[in-house]
Amino acid sequence: MAYLEIKNLHARTGDIKILKGVNLEINKGEVHALMGPNGSGKSTLSSVIMGHPDYEVTEGDILLNGESILEMDPDERALAGLFLCFQYPVAIPGVSISNFMKKAVDARHPEGKAPAGPFLKEMRENMDYLDMDKAFANRGLNEGFSGGEKKRMEILQMMMFKPSIAIMDETDSGLDIDALQVVAKGVNKMRGPELGLLVITHYERILTYIAPQFLHILMEGKVVMSGGPELVKKLEENGYDWVRDQLAATV
Amino acid sequence: MPDFETDSNLVQEYKYGFFTDIETDTIPKGLNEEVIAIISAKKNEPVWMLEWRLKAFRRWQKMKNPDWAFLDMPEIDFQDIHYYSAPKEPVDMKEMDPELLKTFERLGIPMGERDALSGVAMDVVFDSVSVGTTHKELLEEQGIIFCSISEAIQKHPDLVKQYLGTVVPPGDNFYAALNSAVFTDGSFCYIPKGVTCPVELSTYFRINAADTGQFERTLIVCDDNATCSYLEGCTAPARDTNQLHAAVVEIVALENADVKYSTVQNWYAGDEEGKGGIYNFVTKRGHCRGRKSKISWTQVEVGAAITWKYPSCVLEGDGSVGEFYSVAFTNNHMQADTGTKMIHVGKNTSSTIISKGISAGYSSNNYRGLVKVVEGASNARNHSICDSLLIGRDCSANTFPYIESEDDSAHLAHEATTSTISEDQLFYLKSRGLSEEDAASMVVKGFCKDVFKKLPLEFSVEAIKLLEIKLEGSIG
Repeated sequence: MAYLEIKNLHARTGDIKILKGVNLEINKGEVHALMGPNGSGKSTLSSVIMGHPDYEVTEGDILLNGESILEMDPDERALAGLFLCFQYPVAIPGVSISNFMKKAVDARHPEGKAPAGPFLKEMRENMDYLDMDKAFANRGLNEGFSGGEKKRMEILQMMMFKPSIAIMDETDSGLDIDALQVVAKGVNKMRGPELGLLVITHYERILTYIAPQFLHILMEGKVVMSGGPELVKKLEENGYDWVRDQLAATV
Repeated sequence: MPDFETDSNLVQEYKYGFFTDIETDTIPKGLNEEVIAIISAKKNEPVWMLEWRLKAFRRWQKMKNPDWAFLDMPEIDFQDIHYYSAPKEPVDMKEMDPELLKTFERLGIPMGERDALSGVAMDVVFDSVSVGTTHKELLEEQGIIFCSISEAIQKHPDLVKQYLGTVVPPGDNFYAALNSAVFTDGSFCYIPKGVTCPVELSTYFRINAADTGQFERTLIVCDDNATCSYLEGCTAPARDTNQLHAAVVEIVALENADVKYSTVQNWYAGDEEGKGGIYNFVTKRGHCRGRKSKISWTQVEVGAAITWKYPSCVLEGDGSVGEFYSVAFTNNHMQADTGTKMIHVGKNTSSTIISKGISAGYSSNNYRGLVKVVEGASNARNHSICDSLLIGRDCSANTFPYIESEDDSAHLAHEATTSTISEDQLFYLKSRGLSEEDAASMVVKGFCKDVFKKLPLEFSVEAIKLLEIKLEGSIG
């Protein structure tokens, strides 16, 4: 049994069916990439896993550590060890990063309150690692951030919250090469036996920095093909039309 | 004794909703010249003060309760109110009625001199009388006068005569006239020339007795080059009838004086159905009389069934500065119509307005403000920001900014936004492990930050906690 199991997942928003039977298994210690053309349901999948209220699961299940999370609120899912790196993180004006981080870290602490000293030290170290200026901690959360700053902020949170499963929703989109390298540096630091990672992306570029062990291809709301690192290369060379041809051939 | 029945549910929701059972000296309900004479006599006032009151009363009798704010309220029967109620035992700080002391402990007010290090000098007004002022000696050393207005009328009549009613004249408006006739207590502060007041001056207002109106009068005078920071807090028991609080606050800032006035208003707001609660009809005005003087109002309004007030500044001195920072939170069936007036009279005057209104439940929350630049007030500047945040679908928020400029050199800027807490913000914060309530509370606190940071530090912590409590249950 995998740590995160997505079984025959169907989901819709309003009358539009987007996920039509997704199957995916991710274990701690593994890095999976999920690719697919526009509109294939990649971002929807990440939103559904995290419990966004706009989507309704109509069939199937999501199990985390053997237990269904479908009835859980997003905050309960987060505390159970899920983390979503947003493609478009929203701004919360007036709420400082340090204040927000402390609240979120407190929520994960067994006594409900993390000691301030070690918390600040860890945050400072992580910010350093991600080339973030100290003064950054006093800024409003995502308020007036550039694209690169927003994504670093997401990675910083991942480093602080230490999830067991993290989903990165097109974290690479809109990033220049320098920012991408910093993001990859943070992610690679997190890699290890305690973290299962799902990297959702549009471009192979990020996968050269965060080398996945598995690649899945999502089309029309279904995982249509899975493979190892060699599949990345094939896809890069031949594009999604090749995938469609392959599928047509098997039918 | 006033009959006393408090719904236990109410008390649970409103921490300060308890009632203190002490013997009181309460005069019968009703309002006439005789009642005013009794109040004046109880305060041992000089004749000029009684005459001043009676003049105001005669004025008031000819005035009408204004209706321009379209507040939804039943007609107030001014004959059905006790205009004076005081604890019976003479109040001495050292021999305070143990019940009263308990009350102050429950309210978290430090009344003993042992709290001298807390950095706040406190005057406490319980129903119609001031029951004690702390830190008197420390203040006297600097020549600062901080006492109840009743005491000031007796001990410092010249100062009171010189300034009382000069910022808010008795005939200014219906409730100011009523207050001038029947005011019972409040605080008086005088900061002499060149003195920076070493502690925060604070008055705590508590309405205790039933069917009693509280009419406090506060007068703050900051002489040339003097500075002070003044805080005001208010609570009342939870009762199912409405009670009237009609205060007048006057501030005078002379040359280069700097006055900061902060309020955390937490009157009982009524129950979920809108039954009971305090009518908070207050006239607050500051007069920047001297050159380069400054008056800054910061208010956090989270209580009262109806709040109707506009702390204002008349910027007469050249180069004077007026500021208004406000957070007004309304829930259930509360109504708030609040804002400010900035009247630019002198040259090179400037004013800033930041108003943050948050409405939840079925409440209505209005910002109403006036920026006026009179002819000859050259180079006046104003910057106004009025933001409203809606929680839920049944509440409302309105912004009524009035601008009257008679001088072409004025620079006036106004920004206004109305927003709701977005699903996306809530989802983002929840996905980080915060509960729905914590997430919403975080968004609201962020929204108010520009105002909270203007409060004195300790007060700001209290205000944030208070807002958190008020937000509980108003979300979702």
